[in-house]
Amino acid sequence: MFPRPIETWKPSTRTLYIVSVFVVLIGWLLPLIIISLASFMTADQLNAGGRGFNMPSPFSVDGWRIAFQNDDFRGSFINSFFIVLPVVAISVGLATMAGFALSKYRFRGQLIIFAIFIGGNFVPFQILMVPVLRLTQDLGIYDTKWALIFFHGAFQTGFCVFFMRNFIAQLPSELLEAARVEGASEWKIFTRIVLPLVKPAIAALSVLIFTFVWNDFFWSLVLTPASPDGMLAPAGLSNIIRGRYYNAWNVMAAGSLLVALPPVIMFFLLQKQFIAGLTLGANKG
Amino acid sequence: MGNVNRFAPWLFLFPALVYFFLLVIYPIFGSFWISFHDWNGTTFQCSDGRSLLELEEDESCRRVPVMTWVGLDNYERFFEKTPRDFERVKNYWIGIFTGEPVRWPRISVESKVLLNNIKWLVLFPAAIPIGLAFALFLNQSPAWVRITKSMFFFPFVLSPAVIAFVFQYFYDPAGPLKEIYSALGWSSGLIGDQHKATYGIIAAGWYPQIAYCMIIYLAGLTAIEPEQIEAARLDGAKGWKLLRRVILPQLWPATFIALVVTMIGALRSFDLVQVMTGGGPGRGSTDVLARYMYHKTIFDQDYGYGAAIAVILFAIMLVFIAVFIQQMIRRDEEA
Repeated sequence: MFPRPIETWKPSTRTLYIVSVFVVLIGWLLPLIIISLASFMTADQLNAGGRGFNMPSPFSVDGWRIAFQNDDFRGSFINSFFIVLPVVAISVGLATMAGFALSKYRFRGQLIIFAIFIGGNFVPFQILMVPVLRLTQDLGIYDTKWALIFFHGAFQTGFCVFFMRNFIAQLPSELLEAARVEGASEWKIFTRIVLPLVKPAIAALSVLIFTFVWNDFFWSLVLTPASPDGMLAPAGLSNIIRGRYYNAWNVMAAGSLLVALPPVIMFFLLQKQFIAGLTLGANKG
Repeated sequence: MGNVNRFAPWLFLFPALVYFFLLVIYPIFGSFWISFHDWNGTTFQCSDGRSLLELEEDESCRRVPVMTWVGLDNYERFFEKTPRDFERVKNYWIGIFTGEPVRWPRISVESKVLLNNIKWLVLFPAAIPIGLAFALFLNQSPAWVRITKSMFFFPFVLSPAVIAFVFQYFYDPAGPLKEIYSALGWSSGLIGDQHKATYGIIAAGWYPQIAYCMIIYLAGLTAIEPEQIEAARLDGAKGWKLLRRVILPQLWPATFIALVVTMIGALRSFDLVQVMTGGGPGRGSTDVLARYMYHKTIFDQDYGYGAAIAVILFAIMLVFIAVFIQQMIRRDEEA
């Protein structure tokens, strides 16, 4: 292990380490601690020079209440779930099939198709913006949540294919060959053998895609600029909460924390899956 | 293998491939095409050439944009002032180094945007060594350290728009940094000042990026075989030397991923700029290609010019995308 395990350190050094970890941690979380404090202050306290290292006085949940009682913002918040969950299902589902095809068969063009999925994943959103916007207008789904589902479903498929292909490639091919010898159809091999084996990958991908799509801001501005029941929560925060409460930092602070909450809860509940997903491919080579 | 196998992969691949092409690959070409035109985003005609006014009542048609071909004009417009502004900025720096400083020159918005993108590309990767330092600091196994790791990591899952709000509040001239500002004489705060704002936004961008690099490096450190480290220790290597000669080379795959993701993240910086400053203060002092493109297209309705900016951004990004794909495929062939 590098550095050496702290168990082997001198007791004094170990104490110093423990103290320094906590000091650094507090410093690291300072911006979040400060805004959490602000969310429990009154607008009066904030505007009378109370920003900064002050405790809320009086303690108030006005910010949280006002943010949550705003129909449009709450609409965008709840709506986010109805955008994110279908996207997760679409992209993970399609990518599991595509990842299987790209890893366990040999055919011409395989490598190029894989490269396109990887590359597409990294293109700047701006180069897709106008054609995607036009497409949603032609389909009559512009400014509704369907536009966001439609786009994110496709875009996230790229990342999911990259991930699934690498995961399925590690599964032993002998298993599939054995089933083939016994006369199982390709579809049966996929559903009966591959699917049960990729469950951990599906879990890891789902939490990642949930977070990526929940946090999207750009596409809400482009595809659903005027409909609170179509946009995602970060756009609701910026367009609705800031638009109406720009002089009330307690409401903006509470709104920010509300938007942050679902991915944070998800992360702490499913940490192992989340980190497994993120670090796949970072330690081989 | 029978006939089934020849078609099976294509059947599995088909839905994802068609869907991905329609929404991610085809639009790239669409934007290239628009970038050679002048278009205000609102003029359309029917695909059969009729004007929309000629339509009968309750008749509809497929609308196609009416655009004027302008060749490379949009690109020329973008780079028009670049040579002039390059000279001006060069003279500014010559002034600094020869001890006869001149005022920061007036340059076009496009030059500011390009310059800001360069600042992002140069400064944003500082998240990588900082993330590595955090990873080394926290690479210990007791349970309480593991919980601490998650506390260090979780800013990564926050939406960039949320990060932007958090730091906008943190940087407030009347906020927690008030005393520091008054000691330095920065009355308008970090992001209220034209010449400092971009650095403030980049520092906010570091927050989730450091967390990401840290977790990538922690995974990398776990993957190093303990025997190798022990062997190096027996040879007398320790501390800085052990890190440089043994650990860092082993961490190369992690460094590579962190580097590519960070560079692409630097070029993608839209959310933070849009929320924290909207490209200001003043004209374009913090603007970047990604946001300037959005602004030109949606607010100035200059769709052709916006598309040209998107293509320029895409061209820069393509360098990093190509390097990444090449490495991925090479790694795959070795496996």
